[in-house]
Amino acid sequence: MHPWVGAGNDDQRHILTLLGLKTVDDLFASIPAEVCTERLDLPPAQDEDGIRKTFAAMANANAVMDSLPCFLGAGVYRHLQPAVVDAVLSRAEFFTSYTPYQPEISQGTLQVIFEFQTLIGRLTGLPVANASLYDGATALVEAVLFSHRVLRGKRNLVVVAETLHPMYRKVLDTYTTAAGIEVVVVPPTDDGRLDPEQVRAAASDRACCVVLQSPNFLGIVEDLPSLADATHEGGALAVQVVTEAVSLGLLAGGGDFEFDVVCGEAQSFGIAPGFGGPHLGFFACADRHVRQMPGRLAGETMDEEGNRAFCLTLSTREQHIRRAKATSNICTNQGLMALAATVWLEAVGGAGLRELAASCLARSEELKRRIAELDGPWRLAYPSSPTFNEFLLLGPGTGPELVDRLAGGKVLAGVPTATWGGSWPDGILVAVTERNSASDIGAFVAALEKLS
Amino acid sequence: MRHRAIRPEPLFFELNPRRVRRQGYMLPTLDVPPVEPARVLPANLVRDPDPHFPDIGEMEVVQHFHRLSQLNYAVDEGLYPLGSCTMKYNPRINEQTARLPGFASIHPLQPVAQIQGALRLIWELEEALKTITGMPGVTLQPAAGAHGELTGILMIRKALSTRGDPREVVLVPDSAHGTNPATASFAGYRAVEIASADDGTIDLGALEKMMDDTVAAIMLTVPNTLGVFEHRIVEISKIVHDRGGFIYLDGANLNAFAGRALPGLMGADAMHINLHKTFSTPHGGGGPGAGPVTVSEALLPHLPVPRVVRTGDDYELLWEDPESIGPMRGFYGNFLILVRALTYIRSLGAEGLRTMSDVAVLYANLVRHRLSGAYHLKYDAPSMHEVVFDDSRQARHEVHNTDIAKRLLDYGFHPPTMSFPLIVHGALMIEPAESVAPEEVEAFCDAMLAIAKEAEENPELVKTAPHDTPVGRVDEVRAARDLKVRWMPEDDGA
Repeated sequence: MHPWVGAGNDDQRHILTLLGLKTVDDLFASIPAEVCTERLDLPPAQDEDGIRKTFAAMANANAVMDSLPCFLGAGVYRHLQPAVVDAVLSRAEFFTSYTPYQPEISQGTLQVIFEFQTLIGRLTGLPVANASLYDGATALVEAVLFSHRVLRGKRNLVVVAETLHPMYRKVLDTYTTAAGIEVVVVPPTDDGRLDPEQVRAAASDRACCVVLQSPNFLGIVEDLPSLADATHEGGALAVQVVTEAVSLGLLAGGGDFEFDVVCGEAQSFGIAPGFGGPHLGFFACADRHVRQMPGRLAGETMDEEGNRAFCLTLSTREQHIRRAKATSNICTNQGLMALAATVWLEAVGGAGLRELAASCLARSEELKRRIAELDGPWRLAYPSSPTFNEFLLLGPGTGPELVDRLAGGKVLAGVPTATWGGSWPDGILVAVTERNSASDIGAFVAALEKLS
Repeated sequence: MRHRAIRPEPLFFELNPRRVRRQGYMLPTLDVPPVEPARVLPANLVRDPDPHFPDIGEMEVVQHFHRLSQLNYAVDEGLYPLGSCTMKYNPRINEQTARLPGFASIHPLQPVAQIQGALRLIWELEEALKTITGMPGVTLQPAAGAHGELTGILMIRKALSTRGDPREVVLVPDSAHGTNPATASFAGYRAVEIASADDGTIDLGALEKMMDDTVAAIMLTVPNTLGVFEHRIVEISKIVHDRGGFIYLDGANLNAFAGRALPGLMGADAMHINLHKTFSTPHGGGGPGAGPVTVSEALLPHLPVPRVVRTGDDYELLWEDPESIGPMRGFYGNFLILVRALTYIRSLGAEGLRTMSDVAVLYANLVRHRLSGAYHLKYDAPSMHEVVFDDSRQARHEVHNTDIAKRLLDYGFHPPTMSFPLIVHGALMIEPAESVAPEEVEAFCDAMLAIAKEAEENPELVKTAPHDTPVGRVDEVRAARDLKVRWMPEDDGA
């Protein structure tokens, strides 16, 4: 017996009798004996108290981000976690329900998706957003395959900014290799930004899309209008990737500058860093491309009495109807994480999000200013380029060494860039959020001074 | 769930209609000098404030989502017998372990010395899944079942290209879930359907004919979507392997035999496991799930990176391997879902897992026993964890599976799966899962029997259902025809 198995031993015997069977083994007679096992060699079952101890031991072997002044970012950020987000996520009506295929008993989930789609639409400047994708990296992959479909599979080239998150690049390579799509990389200029002329030349009339990240991997804000023009000249689609979604509180989304797709990672909207997942991929595009969009969509309609109601729609794009001709094979997505982002955005509010983003910017500028004032080996890699809340810091040693030495100085300083290759210098990517107080910033600067 | 919405819940965008400034959350005091955004950022890129993104108070937020939640049915409310979805209980201790700060508040790019506990958890879950499947390797990266399928097929593709033997076709049974053919195309293969035999399992004769040197793999669900075990699995594997192909197992239905049979012994080369099905992690209204893939020796070199490597008691991350297919997503998987699944496995142990499958299969057979008189069973081979009826008897009264589904809502139950298998017209695929009490399964059967009776005596009642849900039958055709996927200010005349 086990608490999570509803039938006790007597119940099981009772059902067997009802079925006219002697033992439960009779129900498994169709499994050939040669593939059966008597007993799995797993650790013994533990009671709840034992579970708590086992898992606490593993959890305690990790250094929690909140334990020290923390400046880790590079695609995963430590933002505010309002208590209401987890309270809503803990409601069984949300977390134990299935995909809302039965709209009459799923209006809660469906309205949340509709609100999420609207919020993402308003932030990206594009009208149609889907219900979520796995994460930022796979959202980008979907954007590339989407562009390929929109241009009817005739353009087998994708142009990618080198300043796209390098991990996203690696993930993209996995899929483009299988799809037979060629990837061309455009490096940044000396100021860490893309040159529209280089983008124009690389895209020419062969590319299905140009992918760039803004703020880019180095934290630098790209000039979206000129890059969209450079992309569109040869007929390619312009794709903006956003890995720090809070930046959209202050920076207009690519849709406002004629980008065709804005996609990326919305972990910043109330989702725990969680060692990399579950996070939240988002994807937004223009109305005219909605039928090529991957993933689920909620739409507004009516019930038979004319009441407003919501349901999943355009499912003829999806695998359960379209099978081998679907726009994507995605089925299960990141629904509960989309709920988290929706609660977070609605709790923080429109004006609140702007203020929160401005707070990130001000704190980041303050840390940059104090670093620029230091005498000694520490300097900003791109001092004159505009950044939102992240920047590349160079110092007396390799990135991994510096991160380790600063950890000794009780600061989680950031993510070393050396791990990723790339044409940029070896240093530390430093991310600053609204949770980094003036005292965190002081501690960071003091730790740098000690290492000078 | 409320059975009638007392009043409709406005959209967030309709709240605070005067658009006054309210506060939903208190931000940390700005203790550094403020910065004018347009001074440090390019002014043309700075957005204008959005008047239609309102601010509301914290209690408004809580009431909004509380009221919305009341419009949902949930596992905690009653039987949720969606076939192949395995809607089992989501243990509350899982939610506690996954929320430990040592798991929730760690960054994936911290130095490895700071994340030894997280790497150990990954390693322990990998070991457990290898034991449960009898297969030598695994990746925990995939975010969902379909993502696992793609991971497996891409590994097979890599193995074939490494061998200098690229192939074009993936065989998919006509009973398969829609993700199987979609995955095959997504991975660059042509999905070719293979017919089922009279008992719903693979037709060996058809396989013999179709399995040639253009076929990369066959994707099989075990037990299949009819709930029938592919009893000639060993022969199938032999035919496919002898001709240079690979066996992909869709592990969506592992709940039927975990602890009793080993996919490794069946000849599987790759199999995804839906942790949100067999291993109790919540479905979350559509995700996040997790779809780890176990592999045979032949595919070991091609597992995605990054991988966790153990040396003594130390754990490292391996980021590069030229033989790997590369990463399938960011970082290491839906880690907090992995925490929940390992919690489940540690609580059940080997014996508990076996009891889990035993009762899952017992319950499905109880449903079969109770309903066989009233509903037609197209394939009468032995049922494992689910049973697939159809609506042919009720269709005589113009009552179809969707009507039966909507009527079940009035009885307080979630309907079965109806969108597949395509080989059963008007399918009612029922999987009770093992967590509920037997009385709950019986109550569901009573409701199904009552509806069968209604279909004969008062078909209108069934065809016009639901009558007691938060909204009436929803017009899905209209949603697709007059597409509206966002709120717009002009909706309010704003």
